[in-house]
Amino acid sequence: MDAITTFEKAQKKSEIPDFAVGDTVRVSLRIKEGEKERLQPFEGQVISIRRKGTRSSFIVRKISYGVGVERVIPFFAPVLESLKVMRRGDVRRAKLYYLREKRGKAARIKEKQDW
Amino acid sequence: MATGLLGIKLGMTQTFDEAGVRYPLTVIELGPCVVVQVKTKKTDGYEAICLGFGERDLRKFNKPRAGVFKKVLGEKTKVGFRLLREVNVKNAGEYAVGQTLTVEQYAAGDWIDVIGKSKGKGFAGTIKRHHFASGPKSHGSKNVREPGSIGCHTYPARVFKGKRMAGHLGAKRITVQRLKVHQVDPQNNLLFVVGAVPGPKRGMVMVQPSLKA
Repeated sequence: MDAITTFEKAQKKSEIPDFAVGDTVRVSLRIKEGEKERLQPFEGQVISIRRKGTRSSFIVRKISYGVGVERVIPFFAPVLESLKVMRRGDVRRAKLYYLREKRGKAARIKEKQDW
Repeated sequence: MATGLLGIKLGMTQTFDEAGVRYPLTVIELGPCVVVQVKTKKTDGYEAICLGFGERDLRKFNKPRAGVFKKVLGEKTKVGFRLLREVNVKNAGEYAVGQTLTVEQYAAGDWIDVIGKSKGKGFAGTIKRHHFASGPKSHGSKNVREPGSIGCHTYPARVFKGKRMAGHLGAKRITVQRLKVHQVDPQNNLLFVVGAVPGPKRGMVMVQPSLKA
């Protein structure tokens, strides 16, 4: 194994359960406010997972006060404290970018029945 | 005081700090380098040490060069150094021929300069080489990547020297100043540097303590 692979393998990855595109997840992000550190929850739908080794990230989208908000979260970022899957989604696409153009009822994701 | 060292650029990766800020890292296999020659003011007029790095079959060198390597590595050696470079030091007399210098001279947080040979781009046009603006791509335009006018006509009736034109780009010695050492791995002779370093993967690089530290 070459040096770079070894280094990347050694990077700490927080304990993240398996999740897939379309799932509704609740992530806890470490936020620093001055001296204090607290956890900020962010709950939304996973619309994209980008698998690129240590550079892997995923996008969580939610509607906040009528405005769509998306966060790109790197898997290996230390700000990612924990992740909880709230609901499994049944989708046919790897990237759900089409949700950005949908509002309300049209933007729903079917729940996965058997998991 | 750390001396310059020779190494190979292995490639890039990344890491995060506590606050979640992402840092691009270049991994360099640095040293161990062997002192091949000591140059002092008395003998050569300046202070420097010549370092050898890497391995290369001894039969590939001519006899004078092979003889130098035999002196340093012993009569029975089957290999010579892949790369030889001189580095400036204040007191060359403190070093001895055959002495090994390792990456342990550097510590996390040090500022370094990295010298390498940039990737060759071949014969490049003015847009790539000198960042000229490109012409319009549509409406019948015929000067999309052309350099435009290169001067006047009757007077001066010539093109000025140094006029930026198309030509060979890259594959030359580049120094990147003031890079930060992120981590040192003495066991595997690895140096992790924040930021980019000139040259391709497996390219030879030289690391020095930064002039602007």
